[in-house]
Amino acid sequence: MASNSGTDGRSQIRRRVGLKLWLSAGWLGVLVLAALLAPWIAPQDPLAQDLFLGRLPPVWQQGAEPGFWLGTDSLGRDVLSRILYGARLALIVALVAGSLTCLIGASLGLMAGFLRGWVDVVISRAIDIWMAFPPVLFSILLIAVMGPGLVSIILAIVVIDWTRFARVVRAEAMAQGAMDYVASAQVAGRGRVSTMLTEILPNVLPTIVVLLTLEMGIAVIVEAILSFVNLSISTDDPTWGGMIAEGRTSIHQAWWVLIFPLVTLFLTVLSFSQLGEGLKDRFDPVLR
Amino acid sequence: MADLYSVENLHLSLPDLTKKPLLGSAPRIEILKDVSFALPKGEILGIVGGSGSGKSTLGRAMVRLLEPTGGKVLFGGQDITHLDEAALRPLRRRFQMIFQDPMSSLNPRHRVGQIIAAPLALHGFADVPARVTEALDHVGLPRHFAARYPHELSGGQRQRVGIARAIALRPEFILADEIVSGLDVSSQAQVLNLLEGLVKELGLTLAFISHDLSVIRRLCSRVLVLYRGAIVENAATADLFAAPKAAYTRELLDAIPLPDPDQLWA
Repeated sequence: MASNSGTDGRSQIRRRVGLKLWLSAGWLGVLVLAALLAPWIAPQDPLAQDLFLGRLPPVWQQGAEPGFWLGTDSLGRDVLSRILYGARLALIVALVAGSLTCLIGASLGLMAGFLRGWVDVVISRAIDIWMAFPPVLFSILLIAVMGPGLVSIILAIVVIDWTRFARVVRAEAMAQGAMDYVASAQVAGRGRVSTMLTEILPNVLPTIVVLLTLEMGIAVIVEAILSFVNLSISTDDPTWGGMIAEGRTSIHQAWWVLIFPLVTLFLTVLSFSQLGEGLKDRFDPVLR
Repeated sequence: MADLYSVENLHLSLPDLTKKPLLGSAPRIEILKDVSFALPKGEILGIVGGSGSGKSTLGRAMVRLLEPTGGKVLFGGQDITHLDEAALRPLRRRFQMIFQDPMSSLNPRHRVGQIIAAPLALHGFADVPARVTEALDHVGLPRHFAARYPHELSGGQRQRVGIARAIALRPEFILADEIVSGLDVSSQAQVLNLLEGLVKELGLTLAFISHDLSVIRRLCSRVLVLYRGAIVENAATADLFAAPKAAYTRELLDAIPLPDPDQLWA
């Protein structure tokens, strides 16, 4: 029986680590370092204003001052330093809000999709009702009630976005629940909850990871939007969204105030979404 | 008690959700109607029938994946018809099942070793790794396959893993539900030979569900023919092939392609 000799190569298939994973993980790694080391590597104090140094262009343009690599805004604050400090808030929101949303949404979705019955009825109705609220207005309302601040931003993201996880994970868990390996677990005498955690969860996990990294990107955007409309943390503290809002008003005189935080935000959100795909390609044992 | 299984006047109906009225409960479809038979220890029973005849439903009622709506299922003299999961758990080790599609019945994100080990651990076997190795040996798979994922195996190898998982628990009864219908003819023969050998070696009782009478003839000592949820014939294999009594059985027999169309079964 040649087919049983174990040399048929089916287990020799190896996937190379994708460029996607390296690039996105690389950018996020740089960002994490920047956020952690901001007090040591930032060339200037991000809050220091100096009207004589207002709207300095980036260092390679005429009229630039040394030490202000990416120029300054209209109040003379260093753009690079503010981006570095802004990374702290962006990453904290991404990690904390993303993980909490994922944990709550995915757990509810998993239970609804696999346990079905009244659990599903309750959770599905809650999702339907929740999704009838316009999300942006909902978040602005929430923060207006709770007052601006880091905790409010995180809570607003969790409260609004858990349905994203719940819906997708529920559908996936339902599809997995129809597979015979679930019946097989029952024949082996495994209980429902244990089956959900040991059999279903590993099969839904790749989807959850992709959603989680997407959600981290979304959290960064939501934070930027809230900063843009001045509902994030105090206006003094550097945030990317706040910088973009300020830069917008002086786009014709000082494009760098808008463009650099915008590019940083773009690359970060893109990296988060690609990271999920890349992780799945690399670590999911099942080739799709 | 010589009969391992004794099925008495079994009825099973499921709600027809496509015809469910807006209010109230759905009408029920009778899937099994008054099915009675006995399965003596050590016998290989074939269960045949066309699609929709209720053969898989009957099998699933026997291993209590489904709860019958009427009648009785006795396993080893014990009434298991309406036992709940908690009460069934200690019995579950004794009746196992091999599924039709191993791609669906083997968790794609568990390794083969884990798939075979999980039920053993659940039932508190002490020497799990040794039993996993033994099960792999029994079904003729190399031991290093324990580290593989199901998609890294061929169809026949996957079905061997399904068999290994079932026999590792040392059950008294195994239900094999269409286990060779997804395989090519040479893998079919290998899996059937393997199963036949294991039944003898381990003293198993087997119920073998198939739509293919030529497979049944090769393996089983006795055959149940199901038609629309009722037993139309219950006979020893040799008698059934020599002198089919029910009209439906003759139809099934006529559907077998013969190597020589002029030659008759004898």
